[in-house]
Amino acid sequence: MSKAVLEALKTRFGDAIWDTQSQFGDETAIVDPDKWFEIARFLKSDPRCAMNMFVDLCGVDYPDRDPRFEVVLHLRSLEKGHRIRLKTRVGDAEADTAEVDSITPIWGGANWFERETYDLMGIVFRGHPDLRRILMYPEFKGHPLRKDYPANKIQPLVELLEGPEKFAPFGPDEGMPFGRQTHEYNRDDPKMVDGREHPNPSPELPARGPAPRKSLAVKES
Amino acid sequence: MEPLDQDLEEGELELPAEPMMLNMGPSHPAMHGTVRIVVELSGETITKADVQIGYLHRGFEKMCERGTWTQCYPYVDRLNYVSPMLNNVGFSLAVEKMLGITVPERAQYYRVALGELARICDHLTCNGAMAMELGAFTPFLWYVRAREMIWDIFEEETGARVTHSFGRVGGMAKPPTAYFKDLVRATLPRVASVVAESEGLLLKNRIFLDRLESVGKISSADALELSWTGPCLRSTGVPYDIRRAHPYLVYDRFEFDVPVGTTGDNYDRFMCRQEEIRQSMRILEQCLEQMPDDGPIDVDDPRIVMPPKNEVYNTIEGTIQHFKIVMEGIKVPAGEVYSYTEGGNGELGFYLVSDGSGTPYRVRIRPPCFAITQGLERLIVGAMIPDVVPTFGSMNMIGGECDH
Repeated sequence: MSKAVLEALKTRFGDAIWDTQSQFGDETAIVDPDKWFEIARFLKSDPRCAMNMFVDLCGVDYPDRDPRFEVVLHLRSLEKGHRIRLKTRVGDAEADTAEVDSITPIWGGANWFERETYDLMGIVFRGHPDLRRILMYPEFKGHPLRKDYPANKIQPLVELLEGPEKFAPFGPDEGMPFGRQTHEYNRDDPKMVDGREHPNPSPELPARGPAPRKSLAVKES
Repeated sequence: MEPLDQDLEEGELELPAEPMMLNMGPSHPAMHGTVRIVVELSGETITKADVQIGYLHRGFEKMCERGTWTQCYPYVDRLNYVSPMLNNVGFSLAVEKMLGITVPERAQYYRVALGELARICDHLTCNGAMAMELGAFTPFLWYVRAREMIWDIFEEETGARVTHSFGRVGGMAKPPTAYFKDLVRATLPRVASVVAESEGLLLKNRIFLDRLESVGKISSADALELSWTGPCLRSTGVPYDIRRAHPYLVYDRFEFDVPVGTTGDNYDRFMCRQEEIRQSMRILEQCLEQMPDDGPIDVDDPRIVMPPKNEVYNTIEGTIQHFKIVMEGIKVPAGEVYSYTEGGNGELGFYLVSDGSGTPYRVRIRPPCFAITQGLERLIVGAMIPDVVPTFGSMNMIGGECDH
């Protein structure tokens, strides 16, 4: 049944389908990373495929191959009940160019799966709405599921955050006690925090609120 | 002093309003998983939410790449630690799909029986914990008492109450005990009566119903888009159950219904799980009826299954076999496979890559609650703070599975 999907893909995209396989009853198509988004959209919209269920997305690291990573996508059609595996290959030996288009606009459910693949494998999804680490903490160095990441590697201790560094999507006062602003905001330019530009300013700073108080816990220099 | 009731020009006394950030979790009495939800509040209404997971990440996939295929079992146990047997069965089926073997019929029935018992445990825990977080402590204790009865069966069968590590590639660790069927048959009515009693405590309770009905609604289109599966998807009216859609093991021989909801709110999720407990009991009754009393439990293949202990100690062939399976692992043919089963929360998928050696090249789990938890944000934005608790509870987020 899924063989029909592979045929439809081959007739529609031709050379962009690098290879097709059927192993252990799973149908696989290996496709060109440049056509990744287009093929995914075709699989969802074409009535022969109708892959409206996003099932899984993950990455596999093959350090010896030239495009080093495989991005593996599993789809299922609710109406037709068939499944397909779509793969693409990205990234050179140093994993610098491991980039592929995000399919979150097609299936909203891919959002966290792409974040996870980015977090653990370091594959960048172009056009993802919010690509940040999900399982690891923001200060984590490296991508643990890569084959060249030793399983027993010890991460450095995270330094105590003293500046206004807070991470997306929330502003620098996230997690502070109620009503206490610990940083100086520039009323005219909300991007300026403590006299310098903050990468992620508070989204809605009070326009007419009371003057921000100085922190009680400011370090005296 | 000015009179208080004087007319003011509109906007004159406008108070400075700023959104409030509130941090729920990762350790919160009403969050039974380790999850952190940062919400932005306007009054008590949530205007923005960020669900942060990963507090229980243990690098399961990385650890699996270090041992043999059989050594993955203790790890998969600890994914969904409320229904570990379903994970064991799911992983076994994935590896067996690569090896191209089918376990004997008796083992298939045994896996179904243990798996359904685990599913009952899963739903009991979820519904009980959800009720407890809404203040109903008694039903929780009763549900847990029912779960204890099932754990007693597991203890008899596997020797462990929670993390059994009982599955094996090509069979099970041990054949069923002689009194397995009687034990289950004696326990099920007791569990059913406890479930009915607790349900009676909850479903006429105004407070409980008010906090569930029409709270945390999701449409079936949204649920599908977020790749939800399991009871959470079925509560929106989509009858997708892998046991029915792609029958594995011997599920095609049983009669059971797939309960679906209509509105996809918390109440529907609660009731879907309640009904699935009953359907699992139905499956169990038929399964015990059809399960053969004797016969092999493991496949007859010395490259996959360990020889009996007396052969290991008394014959050179047995010793070598044992040594090779323990030291080198089962040789799984090179290739990749995606195998899926119905776990406690939905589609539990394993994507395995083998390079032909005794060690997995890549073990990828597709955890059902990962997809479900990602939908939490959509459900609670626009709701109130007290709605977060039942909504989160009804999703049954299991940290071990969600965070890998």
